[in-house]
Parts: sequence; structure tokens; C-alpha cells
Amino acid sequence: MSAGQYSLEIKEFSKNLDLTKLRPYGDTMNDGKVQVSFTLPVEDNEKGVEAALKLAKSMGLKDPNCAHHRSLDKEFSFYVVYGSLVHFVNYEDIHVQVVGVEIMDMKQVGEYIKENIKREVVIIGASTGSDAHTVGIDAVMNMKGFAGHYGLERYPMIEAYNLGSQVENEEFVKKAIELKADVLLVSQTVTQKDIHIRNLTNLVELLEAEGIRDKVVLICGGPRITHELAKELGYDAGFGPGKFAGDVVSFAITEMVNRAIV
Amino acid sequence: MESKLNLNWDLVEKARQSAKNIAKDTQEFIDIHTTVTVERTVCRLLGIDGVDEAFVPIPNIVVDNIKNGNGLGLGASMFIGNAMVETGLLPQEIAMSVSKGEIDLTKIPMHDEFEIKMAVEKVAKVMTSRIKENRGIRESYLEKFGDKSGPYLYVIVATGNIYEDIVQAVAAAKQGADVIAVIRSTGQSLLDYVPYGATTEGFGGTLATQENFRLMREALDAVGEELERYIRLCNYCSGLCMPEIAAMGAIERLDIMLNDALYGILFRDINMQRTIVDQYFSRIINGYAGVIINTGEDNYLTTSDAVEEAHTVLASQFINEQFALIAGIPEEQMGLGHAFEISPDVENSFLYELAQAQMAREIFPRAPLKYMPPTKFMTGDIFKGQVQDALFNMVTIMTGQKIHLLGMITEAIHTPFMSDRALAIDNAQYIFRAMKDLGSEISFKNGGIMETRVDEVLSKAADLIGEIEKEGLFSTIEQGKFAGIKRPLNGGRGLDGVIEKEKAYFNPFVDLMLKGEK
Repeated sequence: MSAGQYSLEIKEFSKNLDLTKLRPYGDTMNDGKVQVSFTLPVEDNEKGVEAALKLAKSMGLKDPNCAHHRSLDKEFSFYVVYGSLVHFVNYEDIHVQVVGVEIMDMKQVGEYIKENIKREVVIIGASTGSDAHTVGIDAVMNMKGFAGHYGLERYPMIEAYNLGSQVENEEFVKKAIELKADVLLVSQTVTQKDIHIRNLTNLVELLEAEGIRDKVVLICGGPRITHELAKELGYDAGFGPGKFAGDVVSFAITEMVNRAIV
Repeated sequence: MESKLNLNWDLVEKARQSAKNIAKDTQEFIDIHTTVTVERTVCRLLGIDGVDEAFVPIPNIVVDNIKNGNGLGLGASMFIGNAMVETGLLPQEIAMSVSKGEIDLTKIPMHDEFEIKMAVEKVAKVMTSRIKENRGIRESYLEKFGDKSGPYLYVIVATGNIYEDIVQAVAAAKQGADVIAVIRSTGQSLLDYVPYGATTEGFGGTLATQENFRLMREALDAVGEELERYIRLCNYCSGLCMPEIAAMGAIERLDIMLNDALYGILFRDINMQRTIVDQYFSRIINGYAGVIINTGEDNYLTTSDAVEEAHTVLASQFINEQFALIAGIPEEQMGLGHAFEISPDVENSFLYELAQAQMAREIFPRAPLKYMPPTKFMTGDIFKGQVQDALFNMVTIMTGQKIHLLGMITEAIHTPFMSDRALAIDNAQYIFRAMKDLGSEISFKNGGIMETRVDEVLSKAADLIGEIEKEGLFSTIEQGKFAGIKRPLNGGRGLDGVIEKEKAYFNPFVDLMLKGEK
């Protein structure tokens, strides 16, 4: 522990929140405090620590403090560094794309479908490509759902088919046609080397080739998926962590009605 | 045995007996079938290896040749042995000729069966002695360095590149890891062949190839010598090439193998007939090679609720135990699986986890239980994750779990960084040291929450096993009783690779490995 953490020096910066110059908050407005940790492929010694501090400065950390360092192997060392970020952002200027629909509960979903679509909505879902992870699609589709949010199988007026994992895109499209699916849910968990991007793009291409892209609501989800990314890849919506069946289905049926896929 | 949880031993005995009947009943099906991968395994064990110019493995070419000639019901050994008698060549030489289209194995006139068996047996014994030797090398390492008495710290490497995996594995061993598992590339379980050679590309893991096994083994032996510890190597013999990978592992001295048919059926949609037959031969090989098998019960809880479905884990452990015994695997090599997957929001979740882990320990006292860390409720909040992993570590040291898969704070974010592993090892080592004898110092309240919990889980498990005993394993799976996943008897991948044996079928390795001296 270095004494630097308990500095008594007068902090010479404005203590007022200015949203056009937003900076991280440690314990005082605008102090810019952040923590970073990383490994360097060099021996753990004074030179390694100096390298870590220099890197921290290059990241924009003023007065960096290497709070912890240790050896991971002869030629690998680990660092925890604190410092004050010199950068700021203009918060007022930021605009993000979000899925902007009203979230309905299970009963409301049933009523909305009866009133506006007047038939059961067919939803199919799968983890596509080589992806073997089903946690995401199961959470949204399976009867039980996740964290107290029931899955689509339990919803009224919805016919849900969970095709499971490692479903090839071709197979997925075939099933979509066969089951006359209105809504297609694709889950992607493995993102190493951006395999999910290739896989998701490929599905859009296949749907376009079959001429059914505009006849379905196409949604993707996964831990690294954002709505913005989804839109960019040609999907109608994308759902990341913390979203449940209710979020997904509310969007899907609203979109069906908006696009008159009924 | 004295139970800390006042277990109902009569019920345990009843469940075990039912499981035995289930395994026996299923074994009748297994005994009259073989599969393409079982026969490719026989080829590999007879020394057939390599790929042709299109990278098709030679064992696949040989088995396809026999299959096309409608001969697989007699077993690959019969035709390779016959060709040996006919040509005087070794299996690998014969296989190369088959791959060049010079020999059609089923077209060679059949020689005397006794002569064929003699020829095959001779080559087969070369391989079984090699595997036996490997077992000896492992044992002499353990004798030289001693074996760890507490839980084995198990970490994964998963870079996709075997050379990068080695860097990570060696570092982890130096930090204190006892077992290195090389996660397979996602999707490999669905390949009906084993890729060849050293590989540097994979998704979410590294391809299991014999050369990759050899490279990692060599690196772990080297770092083990330096550290004076034996570092165990783990891989996955599951999926469509289950027994082939078991054979490769036996040849390259792997120590632990994931090996569970039920897992493949439920989570990879592999046909149940196919994989149950494959499992039997792979377990015979693992048993003979001294490899600890790991079963996949923990995975049920990643899809089902860990409180409501805990009994399915126990039921499956009972069944896996019996399948392992039939294949000659002693209890000391049964790494039955379970997991710490109850939601952190559940009140007293730690008590339930502790109770269930203690129950597994008592019911399978000699098994090196494989205990999986929290994954389903890891959120990306690495700080909370460190606490979740700490609770998991406490359960292990208090209940004597053996193969302890370290939880990673970056679970749900990415495959582990080198530093993630180091932090996990530190966390576990601290807790194992600080709480070393806590388990033997405490007893649990009579009729308390924990006792009540295991009573419930055990009786539900016994009921489920009783039902399976009545209906048969296959039909139970069809009904979706495990992990809530339904699989049809004739659905899934790999069914076309299942062949009914003919009367004269033979596979020399079953007898050599089951009845031979280990």
C-alpha cells in the first residue's frame, strides 16, 4: 500500500456536475477515479510496474497508482492500477437506440394478440450455428423462464418452439417456413473471433434468399448483443442481458401489428 | 456408515438396486449392437492412424469400406484380421492400401476364424500393453511426487490454439492448478470423425486431436517435473466419437475424461441408441487406462431449476455408477458430477448446496466427485462473482469434493484470462487452508433444514429411479424426465451409425481390457 492513496492535497477541480463534461466518480465529483487490471507478458519487478504505470498514463490516467502487482508465471505479471481519467464525454450529446415499446405482462400479451392479430402467434427460437449454449434461449422460451419471468411456452395465444442448440441456419429457415413462424428468435452466446456476427449475418442472407425476411419479425439475443448491433446486422431488434420473455414478446407482437404481419 | 445428515440408507440401497436393474436392462441392448465409431476405435487400437490427402481420417476410410460391403456386423477386427492373414501386412499397411483403393476388405476370401483372431489378438496386445505402460508411468509419477490429499484444483484452457493453451496451462500449473482441462472447440461433439494433427484454430475451445493431446501431455509432464507435482490432463470423450477419443486419451496418457451418454443425448441431441453403445466401449477403455471419468449431471441444473430438479442429478449419478461398474470402472475412477447452481436469491441457498454436496459425498464415498462452480447465476459483476465462487469453495472443503472446477469471476463474459485463473486459484487455496478441518468439526442439526432437504431429494430420486426401472431408460428420456428435455428414440444425430452385431462379431479389446490384468 502506498501512502499516495491518502493524499491530503487540495483537489483543484470543479466539484459541480457538468453533464457536458462527464467523468468517472470515485468519492468526489469530477475526480475521474477509475480502476484497471491487466496482465503484462513480462517478469514481475520494478520495470514491470513502471511499464504498467506508463500504460496507465497512455490510457489517460493521471497520477496512476499501482495498488497491486504479482507474478503469474516467470514471464507474466498482473497489475491493479488506480488513477484519475483525464478524458470526459458530453452526456447531453449521446443518443442510443433502444427497443422502444411498452412492456406488457402475460395477460396483456394474450389480450393484445386476440384483439390485434386474432390468431395464435408462432414463435421459434434456437441457438444457431455451432453455438451449444442454450441458457439464453431457454430463459426466454421454456415454460419455467428465468428469475421469476415465465417463458413464452407459458404465454396464452403463443405457440412457442424451442429448437435447442447447434441448429444450422439452413435448418432454422426450413423450420421457420414449415411452422409458418411469425417471429424468429436467435440466441448467440459464443462470440470468440466474432463468429456470432458472421452467423447472424448469414441468417439474414438466407431469409432474404428465401424471400421471407419481410414476412417475419427477426430478433437476436445474447450476452454481447445490443439493439444497435442487431439493427446494424439487419435484425428488427436485439436483446442483451437482463431482458426476459416479456420484453421480447412485447416488441415482437407490437412490431407484427406495426408492419401488418397479421 | 455414519451419516451427518441422518440419510435413509434403506432408500439409498433401494435406489442403487433399481439403478442396477436399469443398467442391466439397457446393457442387453448395448450387447447386441456396435457403431461406426466403436469400429473406428478398434482400428485405432490396432494401430491405424493418419489421414488421406483430403484430410479424411484413415480409420473412417477403413470402416466406411467395411460398412459399404455390409460387413460391419462382424466387426472391423474380423476384416482387418482376415486381410492380415491374407497379406501378412500390419493393420496400418492394410489401411493405407484401403485408402488408396487397392484393397476392398469385404471382398477378400474369408480365412479360418481362429487364424484371424490369433493375428488380431497379437496386434491388439501391443496396444493394451502400451496403455498399461501409460498407467504405470502415471502411477510412478504419483509415487515419486505423492498425490494431493485435498481437492484437485481444476482449471480450463480454451484459446483455440494448442500452443497458446500450453502457455496458459503451464502458468496455471505454476499457480497451483492440479488438473488442466482443454475445452473442445464448440461443435466438435457433432463431428463423426476426429480431426488430425496439431491445431491452432477453434471456437470457444481447441479441437481434441491425438497430436494436441500429446503436445499438452508433454508440456504438463515437463512443468510437473519442475514443480514436483503430477499435473493431470483432462479432455472430453463425449459426442459422436466418444470411444475414439477415449482410445486417443488412453494412448497419450490423459487422466480425466468427461464421459457421459446422457449429456450428449440431452444437450447435443445425439441419438440415444448410438451414444449409449459408444459409452460402453469408451468406459471400458477409460477403466482399463486408469482414467477418471467425469459425468455430466451438473448440466441438468444449467437448464432446470437447481432446487426443484436436484433429485434428477442424484438419480443420474446412481445410474452412471452402475453403467460404469458394468464397464469395469472402479468407484475410485468415477467422477460423478454435480454443481453449485442454486440462485443466490434463494434464502438458505448455501445450506441446500452444503446439504446436497454432503449427501453426494456420503452416498458415493469412494468416488472422486466432480463439483462444478456457479455459472448460471454469474452475471458479469466480477466482484459479486468472487463471493459466489468463495461460497462454492467452502462447500467443497467442508464436504470433501475431489475434482473441484474453479469458478471464474469472468464466467459469462469470456473464456478465462490468465489472471482470472490466478485469482480463482488464490481464492480456493485461501479457503481450503483457512477452513481445512471445518467439515470434520461440525455436525448438523437433527431434523434441521439440511437433513430435511436431503431427505426430500433422496426420496424424489428414489421415486424417479423406480419409475425408470419400470419404463426403461430410453422411454424415460423420450418423456423428458431429465433436464426437461425430450429426445426421441430414433431422433438426433448418429443413428445411421448403429449396427446390429452378427453372431460371429468380435472385438478383441473388450475381453483384453475387461478381463485382462490392469
